Amino acid sequence: MTVTIKTFDRLADAANALSNERGAHFFGGGTLIMRAINEADPSVQTVIRSTDPSLQHISVSSGRIELGAGVTMAAIVAERELAFLHPVARAVGGPAVREAATVGGNLFAASPYGDFAAALLALDATVLFAGGFGQRELPLEEFFSRRDRNTSLVSSIAFRRPAADAFRFHKVTRVHPKGISVLSISAQLPVASGRVAGARIAYNAMGHTPLRAKAAERALEGRSLDAAGIAPALAVAADGTSPVDDAIASAWWRREILPVYLRRLLLGAVHA
Amino acid sequence: MKTPIQFHLNGEAVAAFVESGANLLDTLRETVGDLSVKGGCWQGTCGTCTVLIDGVPRLSCVTLAEACAGKSIETVAGLRRGADLHPLQHAFMERFAAQCGYCTPGMLMAAKALLDRNPNPTRADVIDALCGNICRCTGYEPIIQAVMDVANSDNRRRA
Repeated sequence: MTVTIKTFDRLADAANALSNERGAHFFGGGTLIMRAINEADPSVQTVIRSTDPSLQHISVSSGRIELGAGVTMAAIVAERELAFLHPVARAVGGPAVREAATVGGNLFAASPYGDFAAALLALDATVLFAGGFGQRELPLEEFFSRRDRNTSLVSSIAFRRPAADAFRFHKVTRVHPKGISVLSISAQLPVASGRVAGARIAYNAMGHTPLRAKAAERALEGRSLDAAGIAPALAVAADGTSPVDDAIASAWWRREILPVYLRRLLLGAVHA
Repeated sequence: MKTPIQFHLNGEAVAAFVESGANLLDTLRETVGDLSVKGGCWQGTCGTCTVLIDGVPRLSCVTLAEACAGKSIETVAGLRRGADLHPLQHAFMERFAAQCGYCTPGMLMAAKALLDRNPNPTRADVIDALCGNICRCTGYEPIIQAVMDVANSDNRRRA
């Protein structure tokens, strides 16, 4: 089957094409879509590309960070202002994958891929769209709930810079130094007067899309990050998750190890 | 429908017509005739097809060929100069860093990408640079040592 590639200079034109062409896919870095094309996936018939430089834009100003959807993991690692995200970007494939894989593409990566997207969820990120009826935005969690039906072009992702040392990430893999996620945990843990205030915890590979650990977040509120303080959160760590059996791990195993690694992450005992 | 593209391959200008959706790996091997690039998985997971595009490592199997128009591409075929092997190739021989040899082109290009950017890597840097390339023969250690040999040697004459 022949694949039609349509390339647009302007993002708005690409967005219109994506919305108007039934079943069209957008080309991010190619690590997902080229794999599908190579396998002659019949669902991939029309692919929309854009060479608009705005896709590669990184903006860091007054506490707000905006990443163009085409920003690569390598570009994240090269940006000193985004040091807190370096462990997450480095967790995405080897160097050659990081040169191609994009922030926007990661939002569409099927589980167990999508570690960077889960980190963005823990950062309370907002998805911004191009074209259509003007630029719109959607909280990332809401975007994930309708991801499979999405026909809008993601132009960028925005979020507030987390407080210093408040962001933590850990990826669990069977293969080292680099492997696909058994699961990964991202957390934003602001602490005021020794107590957690407004925790955000997100998992990857614990469901169809990255998801928030809301029960654990609630259980952490007002608690200290010590063994006694985090115990209630660990008890509900797997609430709301729906992991699947795949070649990397069984759903049972994922549920079993989740509280173990969440405990280590909350106690600061693991590093990415 | 085929798309005409031009790029530089190991310093030489190349023009080719590529099928819509063709990947760079197949284009290099089947259209251009550079058989030094090996295909392993066509899924972007094994690293065997690693080439350098404008100096950075890329997996040619998941790289859209038509997106390479105007780019400079390096493959392992361009490493040696006449009868002289590249220091990395020489070190791979000295360290017996190739057994079946199938992963070697990708390993060499991934290692070159590292040394071009960082001539004095740590062992951890080398391991990270090669972590996307799978070898099922050597156990990796001879490969890591070969790259470290080049990094540590004074005879690294070419980047």
